[in-house]
Amino acid sequence: MTTTMTPAAGVAADAPVPADRGRDDRRTPWWLWLVLGLGLALMLVPFAWMAISSFKPDSEVVAVPPTWWPETVTTENYELLFTRLDFPTYFLNSTLVALAVTVGNVVFGAMLGYALAKLDFPGKRVIFALVLMTLMVPGVVTFVPLFVLTSNLELTNTLPGIFLPFMAGPFGVFLMRQFIMGLPDELIQAARIDGAGELRIFASVIMPLCGPAMATLGILTFLTSWNNFLWPLVVAQTEDKYTLPVALALYATGQNATKYGLLLAGAVVVVIPVIAIFLALQRYIMQGIAMTGIK
Amino acid sequence: MATATPSRSVDPTRGRQAVAAWVLALPFMALFLVFTAGPVLASFGMSFTDIRSADMRTPFAVSFVGVDNYLDLIGNPLFRKVAFNTVLYVVLGVPLTMGIALAIAVGLNRITRLRGFFRVGYYLPVITSIVAVSVVWKFLYREDGGLFNTVLSWVSIAGPGWLDSTALALPSVALMSVWRNFGALMVIFLAGLQTIPKEMNEAAEVDGAGGWKRFRHITLPMLRPTLLFGAVITGIGYLQFFEEAYVMTHGGPLDATRSVSYFTYDQFSFGNYGLASAASYLLFLAVVLLTAAQFRLLRSKD
Repeated sequence: MTTTMTPAAGVAADAPVPADRGRDDRRTPWWLWLVLGLGLALMLVPFAWMAISSFKPDSEVVAVPPTWWPETVTTENYELLFTRLDFPTYFLNSTLVALAVTVGNVVFGAMLGYALAKLDFPGKRVIFALVLMTLMVPGVVTFVPLFVLTSNLELTNTLPGIFLPFMAGPFGVFLMRQFIMGLPDELIQAARIDGAGELRIFASVIMPLCGPAMATLGILTFLTSWNNFLWPLVVAQTEDKYTLPVALALYATGQNATKYGLLLAGAVVVVIPVIAIFLALQRYIMQGIAMTGIK
Repeated sequence: MATATPSRSVDPTRGRQAVAAWVLALPFMALFLVFTAGPVLASFGMSFTDIRSADMRTPFAVSFVGVDNYLDLIGNPLFRKVAFNTVLYVVLGVPLTMGIALAIAVGLNRITRLRGFFRVGYYLPVITSIVAVSVVWKFLYREDGGLFNTVLSWVSIAGPGWLDSTALALPSVALMSVWRNFGALMVIFLAGLQTIPKEMNEAAEVDGAGGWKRFRHITLPMLRPTLLFGAVITGIGYLQFFEEAYVMTHGGPLDATRSVSYFTYDQFSFGNYGLASAASYLLFLAVVLLTAAQFRLLRSKD
């Protein structure tokens, strides 16, 4: 609808927005700002406490009465994590697993998503129904047979054993199919008339247009994989194959459970990269949505 | 341009399309069948056998035991307890998550300045690791010196050991989940609210409808499909809770926070693969039933 507008009309339609905005905020009651602000504080306080307390010695983390700012500032917890304990390895494992899972879901999801959205082939409906049905299946349903399978493939306690089962998930197919369905058929027909092969159409016509969807899917998949816990817990059996959440959970419930500062520093290491990625790409995603929205 | 192809039924590229489609589908389908669809079926089959960890190398040489595993579970007091815990977790968690998410979304929909900032802040816990968040909240919930009880002591309330009491442990874990998850629903609800035409609210206001009336008769009905979607995904998520309890309470005290997923994990650790599969299928059944119930509940008024 908006695409048929002349530029002048478009500007005119946008013009009332600033005025509208000002009027809206003048009508906002003070208590709404208070509630929203207090709510936001509740969201952030646990993270702030975690980050600040990770620089306290163990005794001060559990001191009664508690301190907010550390009385003794120490970096000992982090030194312990990265020198005596093997957090660099866990960090690397988590990163490799998340990258493999992300690449698999984005590439394979886009390929099948395109086939389901734009191509005509026997078995299409069956495949789509099959993939959609597994969206509802709880994680615990598959992990017992999956463990038997990975054992027989000699993949337990290996990184491929951790990432292979998660490289082809239903969510990616669903998201890519929905996005590609919104692309005009004329693009594909025009490429066919120009004599392009079907796979070439996918690679050089469709893929370049899928940037926003692949970015969204990629970020969400990476974060989900980074935080994944149950399957890595089952498959990783020696410390050199642990991912970060597995290591942290086993420290928190095992012999290191009383090394309070260490646990908090570990939590910081698990959480901070994810928050950094989210804050950095959040703006990029919003911009992408805004740009495609105007077009 | 569209009239240039008069008969679509004799599309000459149809054969090539089918070949290309299968080439594109192949990598995904191979991984999907081996690692997802296959195990879903295998788990169902295993739930009717006495397979144990000792049968790992010979998974097809086990005995068929009919519905024995399911009967064992139904008669098992621990399973009944974990099933009750799981239901309670959903009953406490879903309405609270929905309510807070909707309230914040309505609030954010009324402001324009700082809306993006607030949205990011409220969404932040959603993307963080449950394990890490649980480690932190375990400290916040401590009886002596925990942050929550310290705040309560300012108003002269002696707070309990939230995770040490059989009555409070499960609600406390659920509360943390609400805190971590409502931001995801808030973003979805906010997007839903923005599709409601401003004119509808303005017209109702001219007719003298107050804020609550407009919320009740315009916002809620217009948002019904979004609310349904939110309820379904939150319910499915909460039915599967495991990590929170694993880290914060190890299922205790006295199994007060042990869930069906946790029970399944325990049975797997003990080597009872058949029983674990049966328990996981009962959870799957619960997911399907809850989803169906929510569809009926939230759709019926249309």
